[in-house]
Amino acid sequence: MQSPMTYAVETRDLTRIFAGKKKRRFRRKAGSNGSEDSLGPVTALDGVSLGIKEGELFGMLGPNGAGKTTLIKILATLLLPTAGQAFVAGHDVAKDPFPIRQRINMVSGGETSGYGLLTARENIWMFSQFYGVPSKVSKERIDDLMHIFGLWDKRDAKVRMLSTGQRQKMNMIRGFVTDPDILFLDEPTLGLDVNAARVIREYVMNWVRKRAGKTVLLTSHYMAEADQMCDRIAIIDKGRILACDTPANLKRMIRTETTFQLEVDTIRDTTSFVGLRGVKNFSHKDDISKNRSHLTFILEDEGPVAEILSSITSQGAKVHSLQKSEPTLEDVFISMVGRGLD
Amino acid sequence: MSAASVRRTDLRYRVGLNLRAVVGRSYPRIVGANREPSWIFFEALLPLLGIAAYVFIYQFFGGQALAVINQATLTAPFGMCGSNPCADAAQQALYRAAVYSNTNALVASVVLGGTMVAFWLNVLWSMASQLYWEKEIGNLQLYMMAPMNRMALLGGMAVGGMVMTSMRAVSTLIAGVFVFGVVFQVANPLMLLAVFFATLIALYGLGMMFASLYLLWGREAWNLSALMEEPIFFSSGFYFPLGGLFRIPGWGPAVAIAGSFIPASIGLDALRQLTLGSTAFGGTLWIFDVTTELEILVGMAVLFLILARYALAYLETLAKREGKLTSRHQ
Repeated sequence: MQSPMTYAVETRDLTRIFAGKKKRRFRRKAGSNGSEDSLGPVTALDGVSLGIKEGELFGMLGPNGAGKTTLIKILATLLLPTAGQAFVAGHDVAKDPFPIRQRINMVSGGETSGYGLLTARENIWMFSQFYGVPSKVSKERIDDLMHIFGLWDKRDAKVRMLSTGQRQKMNMIRGFVTDPDILFLDEPTLGLDVNAARVIREYVMNWVRKRAGKTVLLTSHYMAEADQMCDRIAIIDKGRILACDTPANLKRMIRTETTFQLEVDTIRDTTSFVGLRGVKNFSHKDDISKNRSHLTFILEDEGPVAEILSSITSQGAKVHSLQKSEPTLEDVFISMVGRGLD
Repeated sequence: MSAASVRRTDLRYRVGLNLRAVVGRSYPRIVGANREPSWIFFEALLPLLGIAAYVFIYQFFGGQALAVINQATLTAPFGMCGSNPCADAAQQALYRAAVYSNTNALVASVVLGGTMVAFWLNVLWSMASQLYWEKEIGNLQLYMMAPMNRMALLGGMAVGGMVMTSMRAVSTLIAGVFVFGVVFQVANPLMLLAVFFATLIALYGLGMMFASLYLLWGREAWNLSALMEEPIFFSSGFYFPLGGLFRIPGWGPAVAIAGSFIPASIGLDALRQLTLGSTAFGGTLWIFDVTTELEILVGMAVLFLILARYALAYLETLAKREGKLTSRHQ
């Protein structure tokens, strides 16, 4: 079944519920029967409707357990939806996976795939064979991509000898070597150093912009990364899409609100900020090494600032800095989700 | 989608895709596994110790039998040996030849069994358990996301396993010939090849079927693999002619019949007949004639491959429904 639209990826009321795991309770008394407790079903996706256009670099932001990876697994034909439909390249993921699999690839952050005894080059070549890429073409592509990603010196190193960053670069090359139309990147720069992350970001952006018909769905924990790379971003939490727009438009959505960032001595009690009049949302992050807390407040106006400061000083904490800032994607996220990503 | 994304789906493309996939998946086993020279010690030399134990026992018994014959010759070369008539020189020579021949046949049976042990262990630990391993290291979801046929994945694992293990098996065979002085007499090499390949295909077909089931059972599968080592060595007659079990009254035939469901049992029986002659052991320890055994092996190969295909399809659907393909530690 084909999607009537020309979206590269489209979902309609997509829902995925995982059956609860059974937790076995051990017998405590001799002779008593053991029993099993169900942890209950988990709704990973709850009626997600999305349309990602061909040629788009689409971002998905959400905290852990928001449903990002589940969505990617469904689109990659690895999971079936419980309800709703998903189309990739116009094909239904549940009914017609073969043409989808020909056109997609996926790279996840922190992947440990491949075989340690093979070299980086051999590993990538092996995966390319599962897509039917002729050996000669595959080897040429691998060599080109290894130069681009700065992995050429390690081409003949066994995979088990590669560092985390080098391994992730190898995974990225594996993703591109099959020349997919649609690439799913699930937190591809997770745990990478600044340079390795930059190389990957730049290549992904160029790949989408310079080659017609290429689409990327990227999930990320890094707001700045999503802001820099994505044409549009969806904010997802608890399996629901809260907003979906360009980064600029998302930021515009909370422009009427005021964002304040404070650096104070470590405070333990943030309950006093909850329900404070005029405080739309706030996030709190501790820097234990410096004994400081970083607070971000999304306020309806500047009215509550005095009350916030008073609440902080009443706990005996010093205010080291107070800054009013332009809304960032993180502010949008906090405003909608009610907490930061960390 | 744009014109750039048009992809081939014709039969020729699909055949090419799946052949490439088989080659790709067999590569780590054929090339990667032999990069570590330690395999020579662990997988060729160490197994020889197990074989040597049986060989020395059989050779000891052979030696004892010869001693008895020689003793009879020395003490009573003519006339009566106690209340029995002594064999004449020609008969004694025949007795000696029979002892040599039987000892050689037993030792050869052990060496052949040792080569088949290598394949059986490979099927258990590198075929049956492999998909579970692949899931743990994160490869499985990448395999399942690829457009190749799933049987190409299993086929690649099997071909790689066969080639890799053949190197180990050949080293055992060579050691058997040179270290233990085993003599093989192959009268029908074509039949031998047919039986050997039918055994391997049936054996790896069984492994392909187990691969899906093991993934379904998760960690419990390890116990199953361990359980299927020594008992199968015994019930399949890896170190003795399986027909011997049928001669043990009571439990013997039941164990032998159970063991015969493993293709290696019938395969070994046929290989022993083809390399030692069907008259070895007086022709009394064979299960069936070679042709019947080849037919059984071909039947098993077809059956296991079909079952493997359905088991994998069932597993994939179940895993997609329950999320077991993508989640580790389940």
